[in-house]
Amino acid sequence: MTHGHSDHARPGHDAVLATPETIEIMQSRLGNGAGRTRQALGYGDALKIGDVTVTLRPAGHILGSAQVVIDYRGQRAVVTGDYKRRTDPTCTPFELVPCDLLVTEATFGLPVFRHEPDTREIARLLASVTAFPERTHQIGVYGLGKCQRLIALLRKAGYDRAIWLHGSMIQLCALYERLGVPLGDIRAVADATSSLAGEIVLSPPSALGDRWSRRLADPVTALASGWMRVRGRARQRGVELPLIISDHVDWPEIIQTIDETGAGEIWVTHGREEAVVYQARKMGRRARALALVGREDEVE
Amino acid sequence: MRAFAELLDRLVYTPQRNAKLRLLTDYFRATADPDRGYALAALTDGLSLRLPVRRTILELMERRFDAELFRMSRDYVGDTAETVALVWPAPPVAEPRSPLPLGEVAEQIRLMDRKQLPEQLENWLDRLDTTERWALLKLLTGALRVGISARLAKTAVAEIGGHSVAEIEEVWHGLDVPYTTLFAWLEGKASQPDAAGAPVFRPPMLAQPIEEADWAALDLADFALEWKWDGIRVQLAAARGEARLYSRTGDDIGMAFPDILVHARFDAVLDGELLVMRDGEVAPFNDLQQRLNRRQVTKRVMADYPAHVRFYDALLIDGEDLRALPFSERRRRLEAWHATIRPALTDLSEQLRVATKTDLDALWSGARAAEIEGLMLKKLTSPYLAGRPKGHWFKWKRAPLTVDCVLMYAQRGSGRRSSYYPDYTFGLWTEAGGRDELVPVGKAYSGYSDAELVELDRWIRGHTTERYGPVRAVEPGLVLEVLFDDVQRSRRHKSGVAMRFPRIARIRWDKPAREADRLEQLTALIKPLA
Ligand SMILES: [Zn+2]
Repeated sequence: MTHGHSDHARPGHDAVLATPETIEIMQSRLGNGAGRTRQALGYGDALKIGDVTVTLRPAGHILGSAQVVIDYRGQRAVVTGDYKRRTDPTCTPFELVPCDLLVTEATFGLPVFRHEPDTREIARLLASVTAFPERTHQIGVYGLGKCQRLIALLRKAGYDRAIWLHGSMIQLCALYERLGVPLGDIRAVADATSSLAGEIVLSPPSALGDRWSRRLADPVTALASGWMRVRGRARQRGVELPLIISDHVDWPEIIQTIDETGAGEIWVTHGREEAVVYQARKMGRRARALALVGREDEVE
Repeated sequence: MRAFAELLDRLVYTPQRNAKLRLLTDYFRATADPDRGYALAALTDGLSLRLPVRRTILELMERRFDAELFRMSRDYVGDTAETVALVWPAPPVAEPRSPLPLGEVAEQIRLMDRKQLPEQLENWLDRLDTTERWALLKLLTGALRVGISARLAKTAVAEIGGHSVAEIEEVWHGLDVPYTTLFAWLEGKASQPDAAGAPVFRPPMLAQPIEEADWAALDLADFALEWKWDGIRVQLAAARGEARLYSRTGDDIGMAFPDILVHARFDAVLDGELLVMRDGEVAPFNDLQQRLNRRQVTKRVMADYPAHVRFYDALLIDGEDLRALPFSERRRRLEAWHATIRPALTDLSEQLRVATKTDLDALWSGARAAEIEGLMLKKLTSPYLAGRPKGHWFKWKRAPLTVDCVLMYAQRGSGRRSSYYPDYTFGLWTEAGGRDELVPVGKAYSGYSDAELVELDRWIRGHTTERYGPVRAVEPGLVLEVLFDDVQRSRRHKSGVAMRFPRIARIRWDKPAREADRLEQLTALIKPLA
C-alpha cells in the first residue's frame, strides 16, 4: 500500500505491506478493516520475496507515502504511487530512484497544470483574511495530508492563531501530532462559542456552502487543490478563493522525474495518461498507459 | 500587472457586490498612478484597441509550443486565452522578477501598431507569471468579463474620498485616461475636475415606488402627473456640436442610435424615455430591444424599429444649469425650448390632469387596458436631485398579473445564499399526449422572506427527485403564486411564453398542485400583436 488515501487504502484486504505511518493511518481510519495481516516496512529497509527485493522509498505525497522499488536480477522497477517533489513540512521528501521501468502517476498530467509556490498561495489566503475580517475563511481540504499540510504551511508563514477544524479532521490531526508533526493550536468548530468571524476553518470540500457552514460568519469559501489551476473547475465548485496547493507532481515535475530516473520504459497511470505518454515518447522512451480498474479523479 | 491580475483573479470568483466593492476600493487605494487609472479604464469603458490579438496569440503558440500538447490542453480547459496563459513556456526568470507595471503595458498598447504586436506580446508573456498572462490576454482581447459593471467600479473609486458615485458620474465623461485629475481630487489634493461644457452625463433623478402612506398624504395640487412609459430612461446631452445618448447608469449607448444623435444639434441636457414609435404609437418593449445592445445599427433596423425620445425634464439648456429650479419651472423651460427647436424624433411627455383622487385611481386602473406601464407623480416644487430622494417623484406601476404555478426546479445560490436554493423554476399544467404535464414558464429569485427561504430549502431537500449539479428537480407538490408585469410570446421557451419581471407573491402551502393554473390561462393574457 503506497499510502493511506481512501482511493488506495481500501478496507478488507488480506495482507497489507506498508510503511509504519501508513499502517497507523489505515488503522485509524479503517479499524479492523485495515487488513488481516499488517506488515510494516520502514523507508530503505529491504524485503526479500523469493528472487525479488522490495524496498519502500519516500514519495513526499503525505505522511508515510512511499514509492515501491522492485529489484529483480539487476533490473529495477519503481512504482511511484502518488508523489510530489516540493517541500512539505508534514512528510519525508521524495527521493529520486534511478530505474529501468518507471510507473508514474499522472493526476496532473497536462501542461496546464503548473502549481504555484505554496508560500504564494498561503500569502493570498492571509491577505484575504486581512481584507475580510468580518467573515470566516472556510477552506475545503482533503482530511488526510492536505489538511495537516495547510496547517503546517500557515504555521510556517507565522500564523499562530487557533485553526478551527471540522469534526471529521480531529482524529487524523491528533495522529499526525503523535507521529511527530506539530500543528499548533487546533480546535474543533463544534467547541466554538462564536461564528468565527476573522478565523480560518478547515472542512472537507463537501461541507463548503452546505448546511454545516451556516454556523460560520458569511464564509469566504476556499478550496486547496491542484484542480484550482483551471478556472472552469474552480467555478464549478462555486469557490470564492481557489488555492492552488497540490500534493501531486505537476506537469514539469512529471517530465523532470521521467528524465532524471533515466528509465527507458514508462508506464503512466492514474490520471491524464495521454499527454504524458506522448511527451515520454517525444523524449525517446517507450511509454504506454496503464489502465487501472475503478479509478476516478483523485480526490485532492 | 501583478496587483491588477490579482484583483481580476479575485473578482471573477467573488459573487457578492459588497465584497467586490471592498476588493476594488482596496486596490484603488493601494495602487499608484497611472496604473490604477488604466485599471479603472479597463473596468469601465475598456482600453479600446484594434489589434489582431487572438490570431497573434495562436501564431506565437505555434512557434513556441508543441501543437499536439496545446490541442489536448485546449480541449481540457475549454478557453484558448486561458490555455495560453497556463501553458506558455516562459523561460525561468530570477525571483523576485522585475515588475511590469500595468501603466507601461497600457501605454504601449495605445501606441503600438499591429506590426509590433507579435514581438511585444511575446516579450510580455515571457516576463509575466500565469495569472498576469491571463489578465494581460483579457486586457488585450478587450473583454474583461469579471462581473463588474462600470458603475460598480466608479462607486469603488468614489469611496476612496468618501464621495458619492453621482459626483463621479457628473464629471466622468469629461475625464481622460488614466484619470489622474480624478484621483487627485478624491485624495483631496486637487479640486473637482470640470467638465467644461462637454456633453457629459449628469446623474439622473429617480422615482420611488408609491406606498400606502405616500398615497394617503398626497395632495394632488402639489403634483404633476405623467404616464409611465415602457421604454428605457435616457439622457440626451448635446453641446458644442457633439451629442451623446446615455443610459440611466451613464453608459454611452449612442452608437446604436445615430438616428437620434443626428438631430441633436442644440445645447442642452435632457431627461426622457427612449421608445420605438410607429405612426405616433409606442411599440412594445420587445421592439425597443431590437435596437439595444448594438455596437452599430443598419439602415434597415433603423427603419423597422424607428427610435424616438419622449422628453420629460431638462437639466441644462443653453449652458444654464436648471437643476436647482422647481420642476414646474423646468417643465415650462422645456416646453418653450422644444417649441422653438423642435428636434425631429422627439416630443414631450404629456401632462395629465385629474380633479380628484378617485379620478386618479380610475386612470391608474385603466393603465393596463391602455397598454401603459403606470403613472408618474412629480412634485411641482422639487429641484432635480441626483439619486432616489424620498418624497419627490413617485412611480405607480399598474397592478401586476398573477398566476398559480408549480415549483419544478430549484437552483443553488451563490455567496451568502450558497447553502440555500433561492432560484426557482416553475411551471403550469398543459395537456400532452392525452395527459397533463407541467411545462416550465418562468424563473423567480425574489419575493420571499428569509424565513420562507429556509422553509423552501427544507421542502426542496425533502422532495428532490433528481440532481443535476447545482439544480434539484422536485416533485410537483408546491404551488407558488407568481406576480408578473406582462407576458409575451417567445420562441426561445418550450412553453412559447415569456413572463416579464416574475417574482413570488406567496407560497401556497395550502393549495394542492393539481389545482394550480394551466398554460392556456397564461397565454390568454398575451396581447394580440398590433
Ligand atoms: Zn493520494
